Formats: sequence, C-alpha cells, structure tokens
Amino acid sequence: MLSLRLPRSKSFDALEKISRERIMILDGAMGTQIQQLGLSEDDFLGHAGCACHIHTDHPQKGNNDLLILTQPQAIEEIHFRYAMAGADIVETNTFSSTVIAQADYAMQDKVFELNRQGAALARAAMDRATALDGKPRFVAGAVGPTNRTASISPDVNNPGFRAITFDELRQAYGLQIRALIAGGADIILIETIFDTLNAKAAIFAASEAFSEHGAALPLMISGTITDASGRTLSGQTPTAFWYSVAHARPFTVGLNCALGAHAMRPHLAELASVADTRICAYPNAGLPNAFGQYDEGPEDTAAEIAGFARDGLVNVVGGCCGTTPDHIRAIAEAVAPFAPRKF
Amino acid sequence: MTNHLLRLSGLEPFTLTADIPFVNVGERTNVTGSARFRKLITNHDYPAALEVARSQVENGAQVIDINMDEGLIDSQAAMVEFLNLVAAEPDIARVPVMIDSSKWEVIEAGLKCVQGKPIVNSISLKEGEAAFIERASLCLAYGAAVVVMAFDETGQADTYERKIRICERAYKVLTEQVGFPPEDIIFDPNVFAVATGIEEHNNYGVDFIEATRWIRHNLPHAHVSGGVSNLSFSFRGNEPVREAMHAVFLYHAIQAGMDMGIVNAGQLAVYDQIEPDLREACEDVVLNRRPDATERMLEIAERFRGAAGKEEKARDLAWREWPVEKRLEHALVNGITEFIEADTEEARLAAERPLHVIEGPLMAGMNVVGDLFGAGKMFLPQVVKSARVMKQAVAVLLPYMEAEKDGAHESAGKILMATVKGDVHDIGKNIVGVVLACNNYEIIDLGVMVPAQKILDTARAEKVDIIGLSGLITPSLDEMVHVAAEMEREGFDIPLLIGGATTSKVHTAVKISPGYQRNQAVYVTDASRAVGVVSNLLNPEHKVAYIDQIRAEYRDVTERHERAELAKKRVPLADARANAFRADWSDYGVKAPEFTGIKVLDDWDLAEIARYIDWTPFFQTWELKGVYPRILDDEAQGEAARALFADAQEMLAKIVAEHWFHPRAVVGFWPANTVGDDIVLYTDEGRAHPMATLHTLRQQTAKREGRPNVALADFVAPEGTVPDWVGGFVVTTGPEENEIAARFERANDDYASIMVKALADRFAEALAELLHERVRKDYWGYASDETFSPDQLVGEPYRGIRPAPGYPAQPDHTEKLTLFRLLDAEATTGVTLTESMAMWPGSSVSGIYIGHPDAYYFGVAKVERDQVIDYATRKNMPVAEVERWLAPILNYAPRKENTAPDAA
Repeated sequence: MLSLRLPRSKSFDALEKISRERIMILDGAMGTQIQQLGLSEDDFLGHAGCACHIHTDHPQKGNNDLLILTQPQAIEEIHFRYAMAGADIVETNTFSSTVIAQADYAMQDKVFELNRQGAALARAAMDRATALDGKPRFVAGAVGPTNRTASISPDVNNPGFRAITFDELRQAYGLQIRALIAGGADIILIETIFDTLNAKAAIFAASEAFSEHGAALPLMISGTITDASGRTLSGQTPTAFWYSVAHARPFTVGLNCALGAHAMRPHLAELASVADTRICAYPNAGLPNAFGQYDEGPEDTAAEIAGFARDGLVNVVGGCCGTTPDHIRAIAEAVAPFAPRKF
Repeated sequence: MTNHLLRLSGLEPFTLTADIPFVNVGERTNVTGSARFRKLITNHDYPAALEVARSQVENGAQVIDINMDEGLIDSQAAMVEFLNLVAAEPDIARVPVMIDSSKWEVIEAGLKCVQGKPIVNSISLKEGEAAFIERASLCLAYGAAVVVMAFDETGQADTYERKIRICERAYKVLTEQVGFPPEDIIFDPNVFAVATGIEEHNNYGVDFIEATRWIRHNLPHAHVSGGVSNLSFSFRGNEPVREAMHAVFLYHAIQAGMDMGIVNAGQLAVYDQIEPDLREACEDVVLNRRPDATERMLEIAERFRGAAGKEEKARDLAWREWPVEKRLEHALVNGITEFIEADTEEARLAAERPLHVIEGPLMAGMNVVGDLFGAGKMFLPQVVKSARVMKQAVAVLLPYMEAEKDGAHESAGKILMATVKGDVHDIGKNIVGVVLACNNYEIIDLGVMVPAQKILDTARAEKVDIIGLSGLITPSLDEMVHVAAEMEREGFDIPLLIGGATTSKVHTAVKISPGYQRNQAVYVTDASRAVGVVSNLLNPEHKVAYIDQIRAEYRDVTERHERAELAKKRVPLADARANAFRADWSDYGVKAPEFTGIKVLDDWDLAEIARYIDWTPFFQTWELKGVYPRILDDEAQGEAARALFADAQEMLAKIVAEHWFHPRAVVGFWPANTVGDDIVLYTDEGRAHPMATLHTLRQQTAKREGRPNVALADFVAPEGTVPDWVGGFVVTTGPEENEIAARFERANDDYASIMVKALADRFAEALAELLHERVRKDYWGYASDETFSPDQLVGEPYRGIRPAPGYPAQPDHTEKLTLFRLLDAEATTGVTLTESMAMWPGSSVSGIYIGHPDAYYFGVAKVERDQVIDYATRKNMPVAEVERWLAPILNYAPRKENTAPDAA
C-alpha cells in the first residue's frame, strides 16, 4: 500500500546538511564523454567470449546505457573523473534504461540489470574517489523522460490518442527505480522532463518504490524548457510545472538540457521565485553549433553559473549536454565563494 | 513560500491569493448540470463539447469542472477521452481542471490524464476512514487538491452541526494521518435546495453559510466550495429567478468565506443589479428571514418567468468583420475551427482555383504561426492546433481540387519520413508528419532507427515525392550525410528534407547538400515551416526557381562557412609550398604562340563584340539579382528587367550603328618558366635573359587532404622542365564613354548616363572574352579547334585562364605595373594607371594568359607574415609597402611603422 509518510533514507540527512553549508555540485554530460571514446558496434556489444557479450541482431551503437554492462570500466572511469573534478553527486548512466526506451534496441529484458549495475558502478567510482580525499559523494539514479509523451498525441488526426499511458510509464519507471535502489542509488533524479505527465508517473512510481523499500530517498526533479516560448514541450510555464510536481516534496527542483546557462536563466529565476525547495540547474554548454557540437568552454559556462550563484538562485549546479569534467571543475571553483540559495 | 496558498495548474499556474475573492469553477462541462453537454457527450460530439469548455474559459472560469456521471455514458472512457482532447486545446488546457465524479475509478482514470495540478471532486468519509485515507493518499501521489464532501458513514450532512463535525474530522485525518497539505483541502458543506415547500429545508442556505464561516475560522488554510445551482432546484425553468437566487446566495456565502463555487461563469447576475423586489425575496429565502418567504418567492417568481435571462457574455467577434484573408489568419493563429469552413468556402469562391487558397491566405497564415513560434510567442501545442485548423480548411477545398483533376483522389504528394539509424527520437518528426498530413500530404512514417537502405528501398517502392530525415543527436548528422550520398549513388531525384534538433542550415548546406546534387537537400527549421517548403518543392511552376534559390543560398552559406573556417587555420609558407599544385609537365607540350612581343589591335567590330556580352552582371549593376535570360521571366523582377533590357538594346543598337566607342587592345606573349612562386619572362627562346618577373602569391589556408595550396606560378612549367609561354593583355572600350556620359548628365538624363557606362563596361568585358578566344584559337593557338558559341563562353568551359592583378588569384594590384610596362599599355591603348592602381578609363580590363589545361581561377585568401616578408624580398619592395597593398588579405595585424615620437 502506498505510504506517503515514510522515514527518510540515510543519505537524506547528509545531503541536507551539506546543502545548507554550500552549493553542491552535480556532474556533467555522459553522452559527450562516451562519444569521445569512439566506440564501434562491436564495442557496444561487448567483447566476444566475455560474459558481458550481448547477443542480438538489433544494432546497439548509440545505446549508451548498454555500456554499463558491456564497457563497465569505461563508464566507471567517467564517473570517477567527474567525482575528482568536484562533483558531489554523479548521475548513473541510465537515462534510457526503461523498458519503453530500451524497446527501440530490443533490450527490455536487460533493464533491471542496467539500472542495478549502473548504480553499483557509480557507487564504486564514488567510493574510489572518496577513498582518495575523504569527501562524501552521492549517486543519483537518473530517470529519463522516455521517448513517448503521455499528454501529447503523436497523431494529429486524433488529438485524443496517446502512444503511452500513465500506467505504462508508472510500471516502467517503477522497475527502473526499484533496480536503482537495489544498486545503491542515494537519490532518484527525474530529469529532462518535457512532458510533466511523464514526470508525474515517475513521481508516483517513486512513491510506490519507496513504500516497498520502507524509506524515502531524496528526489531531484528537473524540467526542460524546449523553445523560445519559455515552456516545456507539453506547454507548461515553469511555475505551472512546479505546481504540478510540488507534491513530490523534492530535495531539488530545477531545469536542465536544451538551453545553455545564459538562455536558461530567466526560466530558472522564475522557478526560484516560486519553489519552496532547493533549486538545481545543469544547463548545456551553450547552444550546439551548426554541427551539433557545443563550443562553450569551461570558463564561459562557469561564469554564467557563477552568476546564478551570486544572485542566490541555486543550491545544486552541474552540466548537461556538451559539458566535461573541465566544465565541472570550473563550475565548482566558480560557485565556491557563494552561499546556497535560501528558501 | 511557506504561505499556505492553494496552487493549481493547467499549462499556466493558478494561485488562490487573498486578492481573489472567489474562484469560478465552470459548470457547463458537467453532464449532470447541463443537458446540452450531456447530449453532446452521449452523441460523441466531442468537438462541440470542447467548444463548451472553451467558452467557459473565455467567460472567465478559472477552473473547469468536468463530470461524466450519467447512466448511459461509459463515464470512465468519456472522462479519459475528454481530458485527452482538452490537453490538445491550449486555450482550454491553460486552466486547471476539476475532475468531478462520484465514482473513484472515474476520478483515478482522470488523474492519469492531466499534466497539471487538478482538483478532485470529491472524496468523503462516506465509505469509512480507511477508504478515505487511501483515496486521499492517491490524490496526493497524483498531485491533486481535493474537494471533501461533508458526508460520513451515516450520510450527507444537512445541519450546521453535522457539517462542521464531519469537516473537522476529515481535516484531522487528512492533515494528521495522510500528510495532506491543508491548503489543498476544499470543503463542500453541501448546497441544498431551498424554497421547496418543505419546512426542514428552509434553513439550508443559512446552515451552509454558517458552516462556511466556521470552517474558515477553525480549519486553517482550508477552503470552501459548493455547487450553487442546487440551491434553486425548485425554480427549474425560471432562469431569471435562479440567477438572482444564486447571486444573492453567493453574495452572502462569499462574505462568510466561501472562496470557490461551481457556477455558470457566463451567467451570473450582479447582486446590485437585481430588481429590488426580487432581490429581497431571494434574501428572505436564502437567509430564512421570514416564515412566508417561500410563498412570497413563488409569487414574485411568476412575474419574472420568461424574462430574458442575462445573455451569455458576447464573445469578442469583432474579427469576424475583417476581410476573409485576415479571418483565415486569425483562425489559424488562434486555433479557431468554428468558422473555418465558411471562411474557406468564401475564399475559394473568390479565388481562381481552390489551390490558390492554400498557397495564398492559408500559407500566409501558417507563416505567421511560424514567425510567432520562432519568436517564442506561440508554443508547440498551439502550433499543432493551428495545423488542425489548416487541415479542416484543406478538407473544404479538397473536393474542388479533386474535381479539377476529374475526380481522381490525389494526395498533394507522398512523403517518406524517418528518424535515421542510431537515433530514437521521433517527437519532432511526428509533429512534422502531423502538420504535413493536415495539408493533404500522404505520410509514410518508417519510425526510428531506420537504416539508409530501408529508407531508399521504401522510397523507391512507394514512389514517394520527398524524403524527410529527422535526428536529435549529433551522430545522426553523419548518418544523414550517408543517406544523402546513398540517394545520389542510387540515382534518386527527389528532394530531401533535413530536420531535428541538431540539424542546421549550415550543416545541410556544407555537408549534406554537396553529396546529393541530383536534386536538393533542404533544411527545415521547424514544423511550422514544413508545409511551405514542401509545397514549393512539389509545385511544378515554382520548384525550379525555389531550388535555384536554395542552391544559391546554400552556396552562399557554404562560402561564408568556408571563409570563416579557413580564416581560422593557416599553414606556414614552407608547408604551403610543399603542398603546391603539381601538374604533369611531361605531356604538356604546349605550342609556341604565333608571335612573341606585343601586338596592338584597334580595328574592332562593335557588333561582333556585342555578341560576347554577358548580361547577368549588367542586371546586377542595376541591382536586379538573377541570371540572364531567366531574370526576364522572373515573377518579381521580370517586368523591370524586361524594360531595362529593352532600353539597353535600343542604346546598344545606336552604339553599334553610330560607332560611339573605339575599342583598343594590346596583347603580348613571352617565353616563360616558373622559378619558385614567381613566373620569369625571358627576352627570347634562349631563355637565358630574364626581361621581367610576374610575382604570385600562394594560398596559406589549411586544406583538406588532396587539395593543393595553389599559386598562379604553379600553372606555368617550372624552369628546367619544358618550354612554356605567358601572355598579357589590356583592353578598353575607350575614353569616349566618359564624354558621352557627361553629355547625358548635362541633359539631366542620369538614366542614359548610367546606361552608357554600364554598356561600356560590358563592352570591355566582352572584348576581353572575344580577345581571349582569338588568343586560344589564333594568336597562341593552343586550341585552334575550339567551337564554343559566345553565350557558352560565359561558363568558361575553355582551356586556360586570364587572371587579372587585383583579383582573387593575384590580389596584388602593383603587378599591373609590370604588365603595363611589358605591353607599353599607356602608349598602345591609352589606358593609364592611377596612383591606387586603378585603370582609366574605367571600362578597361587587363590580365595575363596562362595556357595549362588544369589551370583554374582561385582565391589566394588570407596570407601570413612569413609569405609577405618572402614576397617583399622577391619583389624588392619594403615589407610595409607590401602590407599596405595587401592589407585586405593579411591574416595578421601589421606592425606599426616606427612612428614619430609624440610631440608631448
């Protein structure tokens, strides 16, 4: 039975304590780091003869989450580099590890393993980093939006049609979140939300998973403002978005992806003016150039984010598409002089 | 933000602040309260049902109540269907919804359809505390506020005492056991009918109002709502009286603290404006002020029966007075379907062909939508809405368009859409598909992760007219390049659309378009632009011009991009020389010119020269952009171009007939070979005594693999290989043009003055072209069998080049000094060089002749200091002077001369 009055998980208090003292640092992009590895289809499938080798006729190149199982050292190393660059919180490489998103790669049956292993890998990298410098670090289980929208019809002739339902999303997210908890995630991060109804299904699924687990993990909720209208893809303003997810009583609410720090700022400021919880921002490294690459250097991104910090808008900051460990290092240094936002 | 305010949301937020005395919850989308709405839902007339919701919002409802509780309706299915449809209507979905049902399953199904924060109406203690806690917990987990009915295990609360006790108990359970935020609790202490004739009912109004007062005082942050229309149940059919009763009741209940109510937002009487007798009677019954209140009310009610009720607030329909084009635009931008069919029909009757309505006002309207979206003034759901209005308009026109085609049903075109291999993102692609489908295009959607071969095979099998590729992630860009190359390889000749988050015009122009030359790859900014692009590409009348325009634009984009890129990267002169253009001289064997030294030619036939005129630059002089002769038929500029051309022909005829110009030319040839980056000219075939050196500059841009860093010297055989020659020329239309132009100016005929200069320019260029032809065929004679006609020469299909100093292949104007000296040009042609190395008269052309078949025109572009120093040494000219002449192509800031010390 759904219980909304649960004891809090053990890392919850530690996170709250640190977040009162300083602005916390989230990691940067995983995709950009993976792209730099220049992996081939064979690399994505894992070494032949190895236990981790994947047997499938379906092309897997581009299924970055699968690397958790087929290239675990590479993923662990990326987590580790972000930790050493200054990240307090790293995201698992599980953005697309739901049965819905993995269906495109015919990898639905790997979903539990992806999430459990994904969290365990990140945990191992954090422990390795903490052994070096003694700094506590946290693993955020990343829960992506899937590639379906629960409140927009993909069929214009039938605006009432839905390609995915709340319950399908709830079940898919439930499986993912349970596995992330099993793998040792400290936080559940629902991110890149372009349709708030998808996020609400994830929140619902988290409540159910926490009830089973017997403790509530801190939730981080992060929406995405997709275009110049300043709205989510499904049409909500930042304030409407906050009102729609506030019932989750998240550890943070914020924005990520789609925009660089500069363009994100007005929307972030709106959110910060209405939300009675911590604010988390992890923008892209500017806007992609004509060839899909992000040009904004670590110092540029850091300078914009330092502006967020100086003006008391944020409690947690990091990077999304195009950001690197260098960006995170620069961001961590840039926000260090500033106090976290009061709310 | 710890102030406990009720916060709700649709697409936009709603906060119940202290300055909002009362929240209107629209009641018309409630099948139990509106017979009309019930009929619409029973008949599955959802479009009309949505109009009801829309008018509620337009009339000021801040929340809309949706209730599908009716025995003959599948309430759960209807709730889901209607909420999903509302989600697609941004002007309705902007407000929060109240999901209203007595069945929990219906409520829960509804909660799964709304992205905003809704209100659940209602839950209660009717089925006991456990069920109440469970449902309240679910409401919280779904993110909803709740209406709690004053109802418990023993029934509905009718007295003041029962109302407040039940509400108090529910409040405690919710806040203490469930953890429900108190500001998200809305009590409904039950509005019952008064003036029914039953004495026990007389105090219902008072009980509600007093319970409201108690709740607001004793249950912090909670709210009070009610279904007001119940109150006047006994006056059904007498709308004026009902409205008056509601207004009076609300007046008092609101003062007691009722801050929300389910009302017909378009139909509320204003308390102050109620007829005094009626108002007093209403107050008597609502407040139970006298025992005979009901009788008096019944009496007075008869007097008002039939009087026109307050009319629904008229919607702002001023736009209906506008011209039909503006009306169509308004409907598209605002997503209004109500009048679209009539307006489209009106536009059709006025248009020559039904297609013109689409291509004219409808496309114009969609362009406005595109502009507003681009500017962030519309958001996606609104754009999709506009597309649907477009679809309805097209549907009106379709039968007429089919009739034009003898009844054969034809789609406007077949379009294959796919997200490329390796990419799973398809939301944008789906939206484009939807928008195109709305415009009568047949869409074949292959989905996501589609390999190139499948795209091509399907395109061929289905005979599609256009392929559209989408992708969100960076690697998809490469895959699109691959698909384009495969289309080229397999011989496709249909347009290729490129779209998706990481795609761009620059990438399409630079990377995709060059690999697919059979037809055209076109970047589409967003869904709102797709229809315009597709209709242009498939329109037999416009497509050639449209593709030409895109090609020109992409060439421009590419050039700008390459310039920008190249500007970034330079290589040292030594590396550039190592990557020089290397011709195979072993089989060069160019023949010797017919003469060496110079020859003056001053007997020209103006009519012959005129045949060599390239007219395209002539139109450019007059700022008409386009290629001759197509420009004469250009839709926009054709008329002006034709008039101009006629005037030019008229003057040209006079020039020829009256011998206005006396053109002169000098041409020379010398034995030559390359030494390093310079071309050395010799006095004779012994090649022992240099008579002059033509210095050339080398490209220093970083080149792609296989592309040389070229200098003009590379096209002349190096010393010690084989004999080679270089020519030189100066031609001029003659000084007469200035005199004639001045004469026209004096006669205040500026047009003729400009015209004669423009034609003189053309004569000089034509003479250069004609002379070059004679050089190839006779004077040098390496191409004696050449047979190009004058108009073919425009494309420079011939062997050899005639680059001019001061132009991109040799940007150094001072090389003209050498050329003029060699040709004794001032004496032989009368052309002089000004101190800035310009030729006078202006209608003059000079250059050198190079005969190698692989020679081509190129741009030196920016050079580095290492080359400038080397060049200055070779030319025996101070570095600073070279830097001054080459200032526009220096890739560095030249060092300042040793300037005189400051006077201070």
